[in-house]
Amino acid sequence: MRYFLYTLPLLLFAGLAFYLWQGLGKDPGILPSALIDKPAPVFNLPPLQGREPALPLATGDLATGKPVIVNIFASWCIPCQAEHPFVTALAKEHGVTVHAINYKDKPAAAAAWLQKLGDPYGRVGADSEGRAGIEFGIYGVPETFLIDGAGRVRLRHAGPLTAELLRTEILPAIKALR
Amino acid sequence: MGMTVETGHFALIAALVLAVLQSTIPLYGAARGREDLMQLSRHTAMGQLVCVAVAFAALMNAFARSDFSVAVVAKNSHSAKPFLYKLAATWGHHEGSLLLWILILVVFGAFVAVAGRGMPLALRARVLAVQAMVAVGFLLFTLLTSNPFGRIMPAPVDGNSLNPLLQDPGLVFHPPLLYFGYVGLSTAFSFAVAALIEGRVTPDWARWARPWVLIAWSGLTMGIALGSWWAYYELGWGGFWFWDPVENASFMPWLVATALLHCMAVVAKRDAFKGWTLLLAIMGFSLSLLGTFIVRSGLLTSVHAFASDPSRGVFILVLLGIAVGGAFLLFAVRAPALQGGNGFEPVSREGALLMNNLLLCAAAAAVLLGTLYPLFLEAMSGERVSIGPPFFNLVFVWLMLPMLGLMAFGSLLAWRKADGLAVVRRMGLAGAVAVAVAGWAAWTGGAGIAGILGFAAAAWLAVSTMRAWFERWRGASPLRRLVGLPAEVHGMTLAHLGIAIVVAGITAASVWQGEVVKLMRLGDSVELSGYRWTLTDVHSALGPNYRTEMARIEVTNADGVPVVTLNPERRFYPVSRQNTTEAGIHTQWTGDLYAVIGEGSREAGWAVRLYHNPLVPWMWTGAAIMAFGGLVSAASRVRVRRQRKAAAAVGAAA
Repeated sequence: MRYFLYTLPLLLFAGLAFYLWQGLGKDPGILPSALIDKPAPVFNLPPLQGREPALPLATGDLATGKPVIVNIFASWCIPCQAEHPFVTALAKEHGVTVHAINYKDKPAAAAAWLQKLGDPYGRVGADSEGRAGIEFGIYGVPETFLIDGAGRVRLRHAGPLTAELLRTEILPAIKALR
Repeated sequence: MGMTVETGHFALIAALVLAVLQSTIPLYGAARGREDLMQLSRHTAMGQLVCVAVAFAALMNAFARSDFSVAVVAKNSHSAKPFLYKLAATWGHHEGSLLLWILILVVFGAFVAVAGRGMPLALRARVLAVQAMVAVGFLLFTLLTSNPFGRIMPAPVDGNSLNPLLQDPGLVFHPPLLYFGYVGLSTAFSFAVAALIEGRVTPDWARWARPWVLIAWSGLTMGIALGSWWAYYELGWGGFWFWDPVENASFMPWLVATALLHCMAVVAKRDAFKGWTLLLAIMGFSLSLLGTFIVRSGLLTSVHAFASDPSRGVFILVLLGIAVGGAFLLFAVRAPALQGGNGFEPVSREGALLMNNLLLCAAAAAVLLGTLYPLFLEAMSGERVSIGPPFFNLVFVWLMLPMLGLMAFGSLLAWRKADGLAVVRRMGLAGAVAVAVAGWAAWTGGAGIAGILGFAAAAWLAVSTMRAWFERWRGASPLRRLVGLPAEVHGMTLAHLGIAIVVAGITAASVWQGEVVKLMRLGDSVELSGYRWTLTDVHSALGPNYRTEMARIEVTNADGVPVVTLNPERRFYPVSRQNTTEAGIHTQWTGDLYAVIGEGSREAGWAVRLYHNPLVPWMWTGAAIMAFGGLVSAASRVRVRRQRKAAAAVGAAA
């Protein structure tokens, strides 16, 4: 028993190392989503209160014949702030329609956040309960999904977007769809 | 040849050779009792310091001269950047921060070699050998996967700027201090592994090892506080702690190091808690490595993940496996045979320290679990979740409150067996003050149960700490007794008072923060927390490498007396095309007035966020006092050693 106790740290560490190893194989940036090449999940969100224009966001808004981006953000999320210039660049410079799901947030805080940092979004759905987030299978914010013209999920990125990612992954994928 | 990066590269390889020598030959010498071989480590430790310092200076020089033919300089600097930030960019990225890591590692190694002259030779040789093994691992990591000295041809005309969020004086010092703490724990690890190789842990061992833990702990404390301060004023959300994976990664080793330095005191004074101390020493450094792993592997994303790369993650994981797995294996084989320590009663200083240790470790485990649980869950079920502040706040508050309560007793209890009833009587004043403070918090309102208990715990701890300190020197000839006290007593008193101040600050800032978000035109006023805030001007200006929109917010108190003018800014960095906010902050003892300006125009008005953050400055002040207390304690050991040496010299002369 005494010897077992002294071996316990080693065993616990071995377990931890194993899981870290497992996690390492999965680059959290490019997540293989169960949704890839499947229709976007069914959801229906009310518009974000305090934002103009107050447009709701539902599954039906995604299949428009053109590729759209769905960006999941929250005002309490610091990385969202870091990626915001790149989300803005997608919409303003590359002419991509970007919708947003405002995840587990206070509407007033989110509206103020958009006012402060700029609002590049077409529609913003308020997902105050995080239901749509669960449907999309997100594990945190920010996350970004690329949806094709038929409303199928084509790409998923977990974590903040960067200039490099835009150049190497997101924009080429959009180009291919166009 | 000059100070080129090639010189640096060569020096780093030389350091690797020295580290390999130091990790093998003196170890063999210690096993065979060969003094000449054991003495080798002193020279190799100094040699490593020189080599790595040259390498670091070479890299810094490349940044100072904006030599864009060096890949990391081109990637992480820019000619338009202020000079200080060019220098700071030396460690503002993966390769450079790793080099800094190694530099601090060899600085600690060299210090052990120099300061440890009085140590038993075999112990010193083994400690330095283990230290060198860690250096070998990290030097290989740098040279094989993250060489900072690579060139690019042709050299670009200018560099890619550093992330402007990170271009800040707080962040210039945050990584070095944090690394100082992380790496300092490597010394504790080396001492623990050396003790396991020797197969014995003595009070003297703890006396030699403890100053290093105290120094590392002070560095960690300051590093964490600076990081939190940076997040507070740079991110512009009025918050100071986000339970971000990277913050957690620095906080876990801190919790374990705190437990460790208390345990080492027990080993030094009472020759008990040996296995537990070794385990904590190994765990502290393991968590530091895990922190490095989390930050560098891209395993968990966060605002800090400015350099993530999975292939490096594999290397760090292998390194972690060898270092930590090896140490735990040694622990499993050797620790059961350690001589059992002295016994103690449940009501005693040892008992209180044991409880505190358990609570600190439980807190560290909760943070670890909360940080890694999403990963576990995914590995097992494929499900993905995120764990946010609510979990951490809940678990943490309810683990820390009993700990603060116990901490107050700890310093009043006697070793081995204490008179519990007498101690309870001595806590009368602290109890009365705590109840009064709790009543005041409840009467003020808005604090909630956890808030009220937080204020009470801070008062309870502060008063009892002062009481324990007075008891040590009051009585006949108090002044002489005060001077005669070991510095350790003052160090502990300072550290505990610092904690009380931090707890008061955190509690007030958490429960009584006042916040207003409003669209304001010029001339508009807002009432918040008894102040009147008026937006009087917004104008544009040019900074060294950014454009800025600066607002002028005049704050008066309820009677209309001007308090301060705040100048929050919104900056735009053209090179990286990023916006940052510079909050306008006015610090008073009672709290910060904090203003952030958002997007807007003269016609529509500006989105302005105003905060009153009560007692926030107490957090940074308290953390500084804690760190200072740690250093005072560490210095105490040096003084005792000198006195002993002097006494020995006198004895030898007589």
